[in-house]
Amino acid sequence: MKAASRIFTAIIFIFLFAPIAILLVFSFNASKSLSVFSGFSFKWYTELFHDTQTLTSVKNTLILAFLAMVISTVMGTAASVGINRIRSRWYRRYMDTVTDIPMTNPDIITGISLMLMFVFVGRIFGRSASLNFGTLLIAHTTFCLPYVILQVLPKLQQMDASLPEAAQDLGCTPLRAFFKVTIPEIAPGIITGAIMAFTMSLDDFVISYFTSGNGFQTLPIRIYNMTKKTVTPKMYALATITFFVILALLILSNLSDGYKRGGKRK
Amino acid sequence: MKTSERKLHIEKGRSFGIALLPYSIWSLLFIVVPLIFVAYYAFTDNSFGFTTENITKFFTATSQVDGQEVRTYLLIFFRSLKLAVISTIICFIMGYPIAYIMATADEKKQRIMLVLIMIPMWMNFLIRTYAWMTILQDTGILNSFLSVLGLDPLHIIGTETAVIIGMVYDYLPYMVLPIYSIMAKMDYKLIEAAKDLGCNSLGVLKRVIFPLSLPGVLSGITMVLIPSISTFYISQKLGSGKFFLIGDAIEGQFTANNLHFAAAIAFILMIILLICMALMKHFTNKAVNGGGSR
Repeated sequence: MKAASRIFTAIIFIFLFAPIAILLVFSFNASKSLSVFSGFSFKWYTELFHDTQTLTSVKNTLILAFLAMVISTVMGTAASVGINRIRSRWYRRYMDTVTDIPMTNPDIITGISLMLMFVFVGRIFGRSASLNFGTLLIAHTTFCLPYVILQVLPKLQQMDASLPEAAQDLGCTPLRAFFKVTIPEIAPGIITGAIMAFTMSLDDFVISYFTSGNGFQTLPIRIYNMTKKTVTPKMYALATITFFVILALLILSNLSDGYKRGGKRK
Repeated sequence: MKTSERKLHIEKGRSFGIALLPYSIWSLLFIVVPLIFVAYYAFTDNSFGFTTENITKFFTATSQVDGQEVRTYLLIFFRSLKLAVISTIICFIMGYPIAYIMATADEKKQRIMLVLIMIPMWMNFLIRTYAWMTILQDTGILNSFLSVLGLDPLHIIGTETAVIIGMVYDYLPYMVLPIYSIMAKMDYKLIEAAKDLGCNSLGVLKRVIFPLSLPGVLSGITMVLIPSISTFYISQKLGSGKFFLIGDAIEGQFTANNLHFAAAIAFILMIILLICMALMKHFTNKAVNGGGSR
């Protein structure tokens, strides 16, 4: 039994990492091929760092993810506080359902629905190109919000409700009690939510594809456009760099042993 | 006393109202209203007059496949459903045991395996899917590997198998993580108790472990089924664009600027998924409750 489960585990992880291993190896290929290795070289990395379009798209992606994270974390945390205090059953049910929609709907429907509205509103204002950075930011904030709420709300429910009340009895204003008592109590949830929002935004392709228009290119969209033509190992070089960044971050977070375990427990 | 209590209550009430206000407006404008727009576009023509033509087109449009007349979009829909269901089943067969192995391993191993499961999720899925294309191509890495072993080459790219491999690869972690997170919290004394009471391993799995992990299984199934039924990149790359899935149909109409028909397909997909989810929830609730009372 032990041996069988070991073999099974090995097979699963080989399956998961085979393509990643392959793109790591071929990012160092001397030739253009993605299936025949003909020698070691760094030339695709050099080329990547001279590809201004890709570098701009990386910058765009980071700006977008950062803004979407900040807006959705602030709004989502405030919303969780509100949702946690809703007394009416129907209102509560409505908020829960609405929050559930972006997570259960396929991305393609979320993307299409926002796009249709943006195009329609744009038409009212007589604009032909109604998709831009603003619409993309709205879309990203929208699909990040439920992840923040999903992390923060349980922390609020677990929290002892008498703590902020005690602070108020001792003379705090409700707002001050919130910042001094509630926020520190639910901080792990807020941080996990923010990180999830950031990574969701970084990684999103489908919703961005429908809501970005032509002016603003994020990295996933840049990659999509690259894979429409013949792909060179340059793209693999990009993936390899991402891989090592992720690995470094995961190792760091595991060493500090902080949010990850609290977050995953949910 | 009473007045101060009431004052506190009012204060509380007011602050929650203000805190919830931005999200209430935001979710109404950007979650609820866009869905209404899907329905609106689905039931209107290019000059925004009411029509059911887009919806009927989905059910009645025909085309020629291998000399036979077929219902174009129904065929596409059932193909998507078939591939998504097969992928979900394979993800479950692969994911359930690995989630169990992870949950029962010691803490250090658990953490390493969790990181290993999550790394692929955080790499861009377009690049990962593209890497599979270079593996599965006729002149790709798999076939050069097979020829080294002296085996015949396999033709996989452009077939349904290739698309299923892509779906399983991309969405397997979504099956493993929710099942794992339920199993990691499971009370393992229950298993010991069942064994003490004479249950064999299969019985423990069937009567204790599986019912307890059912909520995780359910969310795993939805998290795999929904993205795989609606994908369009995987079928474009690994299916070589030879057969369309429902996501391709929506994306194709969007690219061709047929927004009303794109909305109609999206609307139908949404309704069908809603019905599926409601049914699934209903049956699991029944199963969970049944399991509890036994």
